[in-house]
This record gives sequence, C-alpha cells and structure tokens, in this order.
Amino acid sequence: MRPMALVLKQPSVLPGFGLTLGFALFYFSLIVLIPLSGLFIKTSTLTWSQFVHTVTEPRALASYRLTFGASFLGALINGFFGSVVAWVLVRYRFPGRSIVDALVDLPFALPTAVAGITLTAIYSSNGWIGQYLEPLGLKIAFTPLGVLVALTFIGLPFVVRTVQPVLQDLDKEVEEAATTLGASRWQTVRAVIMPELWPALLTGMAMAFARSVGEYGSVIFIAGNMPLKSEITPLLIMTKLEQYDYAGATALGVVMLVASFLLVLMINLLQWWSSSRHTAR
Amino acid sequence: MNLKPFALTLALLTGAVAFAASVQAGQSTSLLNVSYDPTRELYQEFNAAFTKHWLAKTGQTVSIKQSHGGSSKQARAIIDGLEADVVTLALAYDIDAISEKAGLLPANWQSRLPHNSAPYSSTIVFLVRKGNPKGIKNWDDLVKPGISVITPNPKTSGVARWNYLAAWGYALKQPGGDDTKAQDFVQRLFKNVPVLDSGARGATTTFVERGIGDVLINWENEILLSTKGTGKDKFDIVVPPVSILAEPTVSLVDKIVDKRGTRQIAQAYLEYLYSEEGQDIAGKNYYRPQLQSVAAKYATAFPTVERFTLQEFFGNWQKAHKTHFADDGTFDQIYLKGSK
Amino acid sequence: MSTEIATTVKNEEWKASLTGESTWVRWTLIALALGYLTLFLFVPLAAVFAEALKNGLESYFAPFQDPDTLVAIRLTFIAAALAVPLNLVFGVAAAWAIAKFEFIGKQLLITIIDIPLAVSPVISGLIYVLLFGAQGWVGPWLIEHDIKIIFALPGIVLATIFVTVPFIARELIPLMQSQGREEEEAAFTLGASGWQTFIHVTLPNIKWSLLYGIILCNARAMGEFGAVSVVSGHIRGLTNTLPLHVEILYNEYNAVGAFAVASLLTLLAIVTLIVKTVIERKSGPAQSAHDPAWSPQPGSPS
Repeated sequence: MRPMALVLKQPSVLPGFGLTLGFALFYFSLIVLIPLSGLFIKTSTLTWSQFVHTVTEPRALASYRLTFGASFLGALINGFFGSVVAWVLVRYRFPGRSIVDALVDLPFALPTAVAGITLTAIYSSNGWIGQYLEPLGLKIAFTPLGVLVALTFIGLPFVVRTVQPVLQDLDKEVEEAATTLGASRWQTVRAVIMPELWPALLTGMAMAFARSVGEYGSVIFIAGNMPLKSEITPLLIMTKLEQYDYAGATALGVVMLVASFLLVLMINLLQWWSSSRHTAR
Repeated sequence: MNLKPFALTLALLTGAVAFAASVQAGQSTSLLNVSYDPTRELYQEFNAAFTKHWLAKTGQTVSIKQSHGGSSKQARAIIDGLEADVVTLALAYDIDAISEKAGLLPANWQSRLPHNSAPYSSTIVFLVRKGNPKGIKNWDDLVKPGISVITPNPKTSGVARWNYLAAWGYALKQPGGDDTKAQDFVQRLFKNVPVLDSGARGATTTFVERGIGDVLINWENEILLSTKGTGKDKFDIVVPPVSILAEPTVSLVDKIVDKRGTRQIAQAYLEYLYSEEGQDIAGKNYYRPQLQSVAAKYATAFPTVERFTLQEFFGNWQKAHKTHFADDGTFDQIYLKGSK
Repeated sequence: MSTEIATTVKNEEWKASLTGESTWVRWTLIALALGYLTLFLFVPLAAVFAEALKNGLESYFAPFQDPDTLVAIRLTFIAAALAVPLNLVFGVAAAWAIAKFEFIGKQLLITIIDIPLAVSPVISGLIYVLLFGAQGWVGPWLIEHDIKIIFALPGIVLATIFVTVPFIARELIPLMQSQGREEEEAAFTLGASGWQTFIHVTLPNIKWSLLYGIILCNARAMGEFGAVSVVSGHIRGLTNTLPLHVEILYNEYNAVGAFAVASLLTLLAIVTLIVKTVIERKSGPAQSAHDPAWSPQPGSPS
C-alpha cells in the first residue's frame, strides 16, 4: 500500500485508500477506458484528410447543427421549466406532489425506444396532442421540432434533480431578512435566490445537454430523418455502420465524444467552483 | 505493490461474465436463422413446418432460433461474430459483404442454390389511401407536385434500395431514358418524401398508423400483409405496370456450420424452402413462389407486373451500391444538390 | 403524528407570510410546472397505458404468456442483477477514495467517471463490438477458445454496466465530500476497524443517496436500449432484453403487446420510485433530527 501514499497530497489516518482507489481505477479502466480507447485506435486507421473529410461533409455539419442546436434548446427549456418544477416541488404543497416528485425520474428509466414510439404517437398529426397543434400550423412529429420534443423529454430530470436539493438547503432566513429589509419578492428571488441556484442550474442544463447530444433511440422514431434537415449525428453514425464503414463511424463518434468530454469537464469545473464558493462562505 | 484491488476487480468481473455465459450454455441441436425485418411471419410458420419435417425424417428434434432486424445491420452482426447457421437477407449485397469482410462463405455462394439463391421473389408496389384519391397508377405519378411519398432510407434499409433502383430503372425504360434523366426523376421523387424511416416496418407504421403520406412504396409482401385485417377498408394496393424483380437471397454460413457441425441440417433447411411445402408457406405469406406448380396456385393472389432485373440496368449489387448508395453516391447528391 | 403535521403546517404558514409569493403567483407557478410536466411526462405516460389497454385486459396480458417475453424478462433481471451490485461496489469504492482522501488527479477522476453518461448509446455498444467482435482486437482469440461475449449475455451485461457505471458514484461523491471525514477519523482513532467504521459511521450517513443511486442505476439498467441493441444479436427467446422485445413486438404490428411490455417496464420504474419516496418519508424526520444540515433528499450536489 506504500506506493499509493505517493499520490496522496496529505496523509490520512483512514484506511482503504489503496484498495478503494485501486479497485475503482482498475474497474473503470476495464469497463470504460480500455473499450473507449478502441474508438480512437479505429479512427486512427483513417488518414488525417480522410478524417477531416468525414467529419466536415455537409451532412455531418448539418447533423451537428441539429443535434447540438436541439440539445441546447432542450437544455434551455428544461433549465427554465425544470427550475419552476423544482421550486414548486420544494416550496409548495399541493395534492399529488409526492407522486409528481417520484415521476420526474421516469425519463431515466423508460426505454428510449418506448419513449420515441410514444412521443411520436402523441405528437403526430393524428395523435392526442398533435391533432390540436396541426390546425395551428404546428407540425411536431417528423420535423426538427420532434427532435426538440424528444430531447426535452430525455433531459427533463437533470435540472429538476440538481436544483431541488440546493433549493431545499437554501437558508430561508436570508430571504426573510431581505423581505424585512424591504425588498420585494421579485428582488429577493433575483438577488438572493438566483445567485445560489446558478451553479446547480448550469450543471443540470449541461448534464441534460450532454445526455441529449448522444441520444438515438427516441429521436429516430420522431425525427423524420431527412438528410440535412432532421438527421441527427448518432443516426449518421448508424448509416456509416450500415455501409460497413467502421472507421468513418468511429470518426464521428470521436467528434461527439470529445465534445461530450469537454462538456462534462466544464460541468465538473462548475461544480468544483460552486462547492468552493460554498465552503468559502 | 498491493495486488488486492486488481485481484478483487478481476474476480468480480470474470465471475459475473462467467455466470452470464453459463446461463446460456447447454443447447440441444439448434439452428440460428438471421433474417431481415418483414420475414417474421414467414419464418415463424416455416420453422414450425421444418421442425416437424425434420423430426419425421430423422427423428431428431431441432430448435430454430430467429433473429430479425435491418438487413445490413444483421449482416454486420454476423461479420462481427453472431453465429448464424443460415442467412436469409433482403439483398445479395449484404451476403456478399459477409463473404468479403469476414470470409465466412465463398464468393460464389449465390450460384449454389437455384434461382440465384432466391427461393422466393417479390417486387415493389404501392399502397394508397382507400379509393386512391390522388389517382396514383404508375411511377411517374409519384413525382407530381403535391404528392407525398413514404419510403424508408436507402442508407439504412434494404427495401429502400430496391425502391430506389425500381424508380431509377423505370425512368431508364422510358423513351429516351438515360442516367441523367433517371437521376432527375429520382431526385424529384425524393423531393416528395417527407419522412425517411430507418426500416421497412417503420415506413409502414408511419403511413398506416400516423396517417402520413399519399402513397407508400414497399415490398409487395409487406403491403399485402398490411391490407389484411384492419387495413382492408382503409387502403388500396396499386401495382405499377413495371417494377423490379426483387430477390431476397439465402445462404449457408460455411465457417459457422462447419464449426458447429450443423451443415447437413442447415443445407436441408434451405432446400426445404424450395420444396412444395416451403414454397406453399412462402406463397401464403405473400412471397412469390419460384416453383411453377405452387406459383400457379397463388397466381390470382399476385397481380401481373413486368419485372426487370437488377442485372439488366445495374450490373450487380456491388456496382449498384457504389454508384448509388455509397457516400457521395447519387442518393447523397440528391440532398446535397437540393440544398444549394 | 397528526399534531406533528399540524405544527408543520402552521410553521409553513408563518414562514410563507414572510417568504411566500402571493396566491396567484403561487398557482401560476404550479400551473406552469404541471403544464410542462403534463406535456412531456404525464401524457406520454398515460399514452403507454392507454395503448396497452386499448383492446382490453385479455390482450394486455397476452404477451406475458409468450415464452419469449418470459425469457426477455429473465434476461433483463439477470443483467440488472449483475450490473447493479458491481456498480455499487465501484460507486462506494470510488466515493470513499475521492471523498476521504486528497490525491493528485482527483478532479480528473471525478470528470471521467461521468463520461459514460455523455457517450452516445450507439457508441457504447460499438466499442464492445470493436473489442470483442470477430473482426475486433480480442475477438479472434475468443473465437479460438469458443468464448462468446457479444451477441450473448456477457456482452449485454458489459454494455449495461458501461451505461450505468456513474449513477451510484455520482450520488455518493458530492454527499460524502460535503460530510467530510471527521466522524470516520474519530471512529478509526477510537479503535474501530476500517470496515466497522464504514458500516457504523459512513453507511448510516449515506444510505438515502445510496438507495437513490441504486434505484436509478437499476431503472436505467433495465431500460437500456441503444447500447444493448448493438451487442445483442436480437435472437428471439435467447438474447432479447425487455426493451428490445418491445421493439420486436412493435415491428410485428403488435402495438398493444409492445405497449403492454413497455408498461411493465414503466410500472417497475414507478413502483421503485414510489417505494423510495415512501421509505424516505417514513425515516425522514429522524434523519433530519440527527443531522439538521442534511436533508434526506436525493442528489445533493454539494
């Protein structure tokens, strides 16, 4: 266990560092890192110009625009409504609240194919909701809007679940003080509550975004999959695979993975930043 | 260095994987038929018939496992190690790929069984709303403005490639038809397509359940199937005067049957497809039988249509794929041109 | 119990007078939240059951008599039963190392643990094919020794583990970090063994987050579609999990059957989520009394 002590920044009396870190690292390497490295190795069979051609062809560029754009919009929608849901769940009491609270996690658990089939059935022009939107000139299923709906559904729990605990821990006395000092409710929300919520809110939105970017199962049912219009990047990866073009598929996969990794890194810097702010307080 | 964590991880993981592997050990004589999407009903019935036939003939019980999915996805699974004894796919191109990329069967596989290894044939026809309100009769009706056409994506679906080539071939057959005109024709057709589903079944669902589109282009068997039952009063079949001869092909996977010792039974399984009973089951499930005697029995079920072959206009699947469906092929150009 | 509720309510009312919004703001917000959840959550949920029950109870239960469905159910449970405990051990080990010690590269480790959440399911299946497939790096060796990983249960288990690796660790790390290590250090100095310290000191503090992590991990393990679809081979009655079976039934024009099986998955998820809420509620007050700074709610980021 001694060599492990070398990586420790400060000694600790607690046992188990070598065992737990060793296990965690080894397990994670076997399950995630080694298999993932295969993605890069396979991509490296392409020459640089082949790689650039694959990842910058017009269909790929259009698919990034849709995938990242819809994920971003979905994250924004979830950011706003997710905060409202979290607020309502924490601050207000109404009938059925705890059931609503439990159901928020459902998009995590529902198989993505089921989500896709169901959303398509509801939002197509003869569906429960789609039939009322159609006369308004609003088509959702089989358009880029459908992609947005599916990605909003997929990302729904993230913001609620990151904002909720922060709201719960929020010290009401500060709000009370603000009110007693003559601040209006809106001023209190803006100046006292929002600064506390921002880090968690951004974290939740970034998580929702990262999850949406890679989503496949639910989107292909509702998207319409028209090249350049409603085709997402994971679908392009699938079409490359259908043509037995593994290297091309992994090249697109690498682009998505690097984008996702940067995002997750950003999320954690945010969390680190917010936790260091909290401890500094 | 303390090796405990590594030993622990390895023990846990191999334990889990070994347990998982052991759960599936212990099979009787079995055969895995890897097929494409629309053949589910066909092989459900055929497998039961063959099992009975084989038991009567040899006294051996065989269990036949089925796997269905998109044709190229299935081929890819076999290339990557799915141990299929027989393949029954939508197009020869996908079986060619198994031969070429994994060497699991010889390149001349298609000449080993009668009729280019296609025990049944099919063609591409149209499904329209009841009463044919848009008056669709032939391929050139599909490119008219205002007609909404449903077909799956040729990049991901086998039947979509047949659809595409059928339209292309139709345009070539017109007076003065050449490749430029054909490309223009197909481009106008795809301008009318609002949804590109990833597979044949997805496209049917979009047309039937979601109510999208004026006309669906699909396998004849798929369309005949969807007009039985509840679809009877909602849809009409339109058979164009000219279409393509679609040949879904079958083959043994030599390396796998030799390894598993199932060559004899797999061979018998495929040959049974050509037998009178096999042909009858194909006919019942809306595939056109090759055997004359059985074909005569189902003559009324299948409308006459002039069917041109793939070879006639496109040489072979390798060529057709390279020109039309590979990256930067004619299908990609349709959309890239359209965007400019 | 009832007096307790009454006091809570009174307390709420008093507080609300200072920090509450006017009634109409409150109801607008509730309406907004419920409207959004209705569009994106309740209607899809209702649709699953409506489609499943469209032709009455008899056809609802029909798919569950199909042996292929039963195999799919068994397979899904086996995959979850293997993936969840392994990820539980990983989550606890990783959280212990990260929360109780300061070491080089800790932030990076926290970051990479989240990667599987952000990897497209298509990719997570593909990487195992690249590794274990017949054309892959280890594949030829496996074929020689007749070991099947992909297109068999081990591959399904591996893909499930991959997709659900971060869930338990994610729940535990922030919580254990915020709790610090003083309690454990005290217990250990007083002579408790490392294991005893963990069982008697750490575990009671983290049990709700742990439970929530397990529930999420399990729900996700049972519902995973994309990654498993790539490595499954789709052999009916052999390598089809429940989510894949849903797709198969749907592709057989058996929409009712597909939604019936989907509703089973949904019910599993709902029941576990409600059980979680109930257990939490029952033991909630005692927990908060013990440690008022920590609320028994899931997913506290820090």
